[in-house]
Amino acid sequence: MKLILGVLGAGIPGIAHARGFLDPAGPIASAQLTHFGVISALMLLVVVPMFIALPIVLLRYRRAGKGTYRPDWEFSWGLETLIWGVPVALIVILGSALWKHTIENDPYRPLGPDPLVVEVVALDWKFLFLYPEQGVATLDLLTLPEGRPVTLKLTSGTVMQSFIVPRLAGQIYAMAGMQTQLNLLADETGEFTGRNTQYNGLGFAQQSFVTRVVSPQDFDSWVASTKAQGQGIDFAGYQALLEPSVIDQPVLYGSVSPGLFDQVIASFAPDMVAGQGHAHMPAPPATAPAALPAAGASPTPHHHTPEAVQ
Amino acid sequence: MNWELIFGQLQWTSFVFAGAILDPSLSEFIASGAGSIAVLGAVAVVILLTVKRWWVPLWRDWLTSVDHKKVGIMYMVLALVMFARAVIEAALMRAQQLVAYDSAGFLSADHFGQLFSTHGTIMIFFVAMPFITGLMNYVMPLQIGARDVSFPLLNAISLMLTVAGAILIMISLVVGQFSTGGWTAYPPFTGIEFSPGEGVDYWIWAVSLGSIGSTLTGLNFAVTIYKKRCPGMTLFRMPLFCWTTLCTSILMIFAMAPLTAVTVMLALDRYAGFHFFTNGDGGNMMNYANLFWLFGHPEVYILILPAFGVWSEVVATFSAKRIYGYTSLVYATMCIAVLSFAVWLHHFFTMGQSANVNAIFGIATMVIGVPTGVKVYDWLLTMVGGRIRFSTSMLFLINFLLTFILGGLTGVLLANPGVDFQVHNTLFLVAHFHNMIIPGVLFGMFAAVQFWFPKAFGFRLHEGLGRASFWCFAPGFLLAFFPLYWLGMMGATRRTYMWSDPEYLPWLALAMAGAGLILAGFAFMVTQIVVSVRQRDRLACPLGDPWDGRALEWSIPAPAPEWNFAVLPDVTSRDAFYEAKQSGQAYRSPAAYEDIEVPRNTATAPLIGLFACAWAFGLVWHIWWLVAVSFVLMWAVVIVRSFNMNTVEIIPAARVKAQNEAFLAAARAAPGVPREQEMTSDNRGKALPEALTARAGAVPAGRAVEVLS
Repeated sequence: MKLILGVLGAGIPGIAHARGFLDPAGPIASAQLTHFGVISALMLLVVVPMFIALPIVLLRYRRAGKGTYRPDWEFSWGLETLIWGVPVALIVILGSALWKHTIENDPYRPLGPDPLVVEVVALDWKFLFLYPEQGVATLDLLTLPEGRPVTLKLTSGTVMQSFIVPRLAGQIYAMAGMQTQLNLLADETGEFTGRNTQYNGLGFAQQSFVTRVVSPQDFDSWVASTKAQGQGIDFAGYQALLEPSVIDQPVLYGSVSPGLFDQVIASFAPDMVAGQGHAHMPAPPATAPAALPAAGASPTPHHHTPEAVQ
Repeated sequence: MNWELIFGQLQWTSFVFAGAILDPSLSEFIASGAGSIAVLGAVAVVILLTVKRWWVPLWRDWLTSVDHKKVGIMYMVLALVMFARAVIEAALMRAQQLVAYDSAGFLSADHFGQLFSTHGTIMIFFVAMPFITGLMNYVMPLQIGARDVSFPLLNAISLMLTVAGAILIMISLVVGQFSTGGWTAYPPFTGIEFSPGEGVDYWIWAVSLGSIGSTLTGLNFAVTIYKKRCPGMTLFRMPLFCWTTLCTSILMIFAMAPLTAVTVMLALDRYAGFHFFTNGDGGNMMNYANLFWLFGHPEVYILILPAFGVWSEVVATFSAKRIYGYTSLVYATMCIAVLSFAVWLHHFFTMGQSANVNAIFGIATMVIGVPTGVKVYDWLLTMVGGRIRFSTSMLFLINFLLTFILGGLTGVLLANPGVDFQVHNTLFLVAHFHNMIIPGVLFGMFAAVQFWFPKAFGFRLHEGLGRASFWCFAPGFLLAFFPLYWLGMMGATRRTYMWSDPEYLPWLALAMAGAGLILAGFAFMVTQIVVSVRQRDRLACPLGDPWDGRALEWSIPAPAPEWNFAVLPDVTSRDAFYEAKQSGQAYRSPAAYEDIEVPRNTATAPLIGLFACAWAFGLVWHIWWLVAVSFVLMWAVVIVRSFNMNTVEIIPAARVKAQNEAFLAAARAAPGVPREQEMTSDNRGKALPEALTARAGAVPAGRAVEVLS
């Protein structure tokens, strides 16, 4: 089905370069496209009969048609079983496929050991990406290594937004004072568009960013060159970003104050951060170790609900 | 002098025309133009009413009326007026998206935001809802053999509250800005922090007035169906339209409450510093999403079920045959009504809940597709064994069966969280719900207008122009929305006023062409009504049964008399009038007539509507004296009314008898019109039943004559 959609895409002018999930660049988007095809194909079981039967019925039972007029005919157990039975059976199949796909491709499920953690803060009309492990940050540029699982942790510094890089994975909401997760993996290099899909004001249409997938070596050298940037970001720098703006060129930060992501969440929900009754602390201590699970540390618990940082 | 005490937050710059003076841009001129049209339209109506001296009849015969038929017609008029605005807004947005490739186009981002917000809000609350409510108002009491609804005054109040909400949205064209938060108005974006100003308040109060009106309607109609059915009309003898009305009413009772609650909570956030949905301070917008869709999902079934009822009536009538699987359709409708409360979460699979929760709601969503699929095939089977006539209503039905099932396919796709993650908030989603609502609800209502118009006004609509409008609407819909599926799959987000991807252009151009066709269809529809009014003598069908109808409403004259039924019918089967025609019992004189009690007209409802509108306007602009005064006046009207004992009038039996016997005599004397002459001026509303004339050679020669005599 993926193939069919691909061929269809190639056959229509202007489609070959579509940047949606029609052209997946990772296993999640690929599975989503396949699932799309499977469900569509199965649904044809109820769609096609209508397209075949309706013209026949209209032709046969029009006033000049050959069909026998039976004005009082109103029921048939055989047909009744068919029109209830087929959809019910189909739903069993579709439902199983849905269940399997939903559980297997849960955005909270890490796609392998040692994921690269990137923290995403949705802002008006730009995204701030924090790389806690690497100690760098960017504005509107998501650089990822090819072939390595990625865990995105998302929150918002403003209204609710919806984060998506269609060629890699589906979307998830980013909400202030809360954290959501999106796991993805890129299996080819290139530049993919990502964006916010939830309307958030005047700059919404321009709120897109570049996702640059590079080889692991290039990723390391990118980190190194970014670190060489003089400019860093801390909570005060973050607060300056709260002013709504559209970013023309990505911005690189060579250093990040530790725990910034948690501070962002804490700025909306102080009671919930680092819990345990430190209700009056404006933010966790800058070195809060629990807040920044280092790569390779004990596996991140499989948390659901958009939770506050524990 | 503290002007704020008098004018609240209103300033001269609040008026839309100020925008064009301060910032002369095309976007502002369009806004001013829209405001001018609203003002000039209102002025034109005032002049027309004055010149034609229609003020008194308008007030005496319509605005103060509590007759369910007139209330229903007023609802439909409201829906058509609001449709004109919202469909033009849609075309403007299409045009903007077409020209806004890598440029700002002609609409500002803010103006575009207001357009998609008003378009959605109006289409749902002030087009679709008044359309279905008006239709249920007109048709349901006639079909169950009742003289009115259970609470006629409450019915008029529902109407006037809805009108008040609609007027408030129209005022927002001229005074101030509307919300840019979309029809769902998700906080925190719509909170006071991110959307200061009057826009979201317009949304809140317009929607609140409409939702209160709909709650009252739901209560009223459910009680009417439970209590006012004529003798012999058991639930399982009701026409299917009444069943769908009952289900919709029940849904209205339960689903409107969360909406009213959530708008009030949002208002408290905005006006009183509460923190239900704010960022921080304990607020959480996820509660809004849940409450809103707890209303929002049943709402789509509130809209579609009455349309399903229409399709059931249309397909049986124009196939001249019993509906296939009546009982099955009833149970399917009930299943849909119940299940509609169990799927709301599929509107936000992307909010981060666990995969198990998503999967459960995804499967529940698929399950609701089963009864819907059954209904679609029931309608197909109804045509089997029929003698199908391709009237305008029937063309809409055929179009519905084909396109709705495709919308069902994409609906099942969207029920899959994995697919939804990709196409949520894209034009795919926009295409899907328009695919359900336009061919389903909107065209259902258009088909209903073609079908029941003769009953309401005593003359048919011009068939040729009806077909012309269909042949614009149906392909127009396909062109306007099927490209959006593809655009959505390419990643085009909704609510986006400019693009940077050249690959979208050809598809947007197709969609624009579709929008043009839809506008042409609407123009044909308006023309159809105007031409039909002018040719009303040629199209007249005073004998009341132009389509060889099946249910009770076709047994009475057209237009229906004030009291509906001279004598309440006694029903012994489904398709009561069809059976009467079959057995030669139709148009028989009743044994005796009695005086009929009808509710007296009253100014209560329009006054409540007027003060509700003023109250809401005061709230929007923080004009507190107006809020207080109009609130007090609103309740004063209620109290004064409650002391009025003179609320009914008696129509003497003699008058009823004279009118009804004249009708029956004319009906008996008239020759029955065979179906091939249905669309000619010979059709005066006395049908020669298809089932008697065309029963495959089995009709005894004398029988048809007997019925005619």
